[in-house]
Amino acid sequence: MAIEVNGKSYEVDEEGYLINLGEWNEEVGGFLAQQEGVTMTDQHWEVINFLRDYYNEFQIAPAVRVLTKAIGKKLGPEKGNSQYLYELFPYGPAKQACKIAGLPKPTGCV
Amino acid sequence: MLNIINKSPLDRGSLDTCLQSAEGGAILLIEDGVYAATKGSVGEAKLKAAGKFKVYALGPDLEARGMADRVMDGVTVVDYGGFVDLVAEHKASQSWL
Amino acid sequence: MTIKKFMMVNRKAPYGTVYALESLEVVLIAAAFEQDVSLAFLDDGVYQLKRGHQTKGIEMKGFEKTYGALEDYDVSKLYVDQESMAARGLTADDLCVPVEVMSRAELGKLMEEQDVVLSF
Repeated sequence: MAIEVNGKSYEVDEEGYLINLGEWNEEVGGFLAQQEGVTMTDQHWEVINFLRDYYNEFQIAPAVRVLTKAIGKKLGPEKGNSQYLYELFPYGPAKQACKIAGLPKPTGCV
Repeated sequence: MLNIINKSPLDRGSLDTCLQSAEGGAILLIEDGVYAATKGSVGEAKLKAAGKFKVYALGPDLEARGMADRVMDGVTVVDYGGFVDLVAEHKASQSWL
Repeated sequence: MTIKKFMMVNRKAPYGTVYALESLEVVLIAAAFEQDVSLAFLDDGVYQLKRGHQTKGIEMKGFEKTYGALEDYDVSKLYVDQESMAARGLTADDLCVPVEVMSRAELGKLMEEQDVVLSF
């Protein structure tokens, strides 16, 4: 399966996750968000960038509980709670945000 | 004969059997086999005692395991091109799986 | 949810087989479900924690960095067999994360305390 953004084709798996995370850019992220029905704001991008940094550092997409805690540590407690994250990404911060960030599905997400 | 070993010397007997039965020639350590060529491992003493073999180890496998900086003396590190050259230079290869 | 004591017993070198990576995945899954997870490293399993994995050459995903995330998952019980390290010329200073070094007998005692032991 593939998606097309600005005339370029990107491979995705059957659930819509980007196959090659090195190919990700903001346009691809924006397109994936649109498919998820998410309107991106600065708050959304903050989480997306946080996830990409986390992946670069540890080579995994964190589980929700871990993501919440880590965001709280870095961006403050008003953002490090599941209510805030679910408002931004209603179908699950880990699942939906990871997809938009071009990361694989989080380990422990069944 | 080029003897290729891809198993760790502490997990399997591949290196022991090779050292005991092969007449000589070259040994190429790849995958988990590269641990035999690292300083302070049991493989080090065994390879030192088996002087009749020329010993090679595959660089990318050493690097992947964080072992590239502790290769014992007397072992030649080769890349994938060197692997191909060794196979070409020898009349036959045997993989001690 | 009932919390059980899980121990993953790792006895294989990384990359040559898929066991080390599979174990790490199971650790993360069990920890995501807030279970009490510990890891034991014996035999060639101690090689998994050797610092400095550079996997570009073998074109496999390296997972050394992921051990660094275990803290975020509240997994801090990493036990390493002293004898296995000695046989491989390794010391705790060669490892990529802080561990508790102990004897095989001590490890065996910890295994006995578990609800679930998974071998890799």
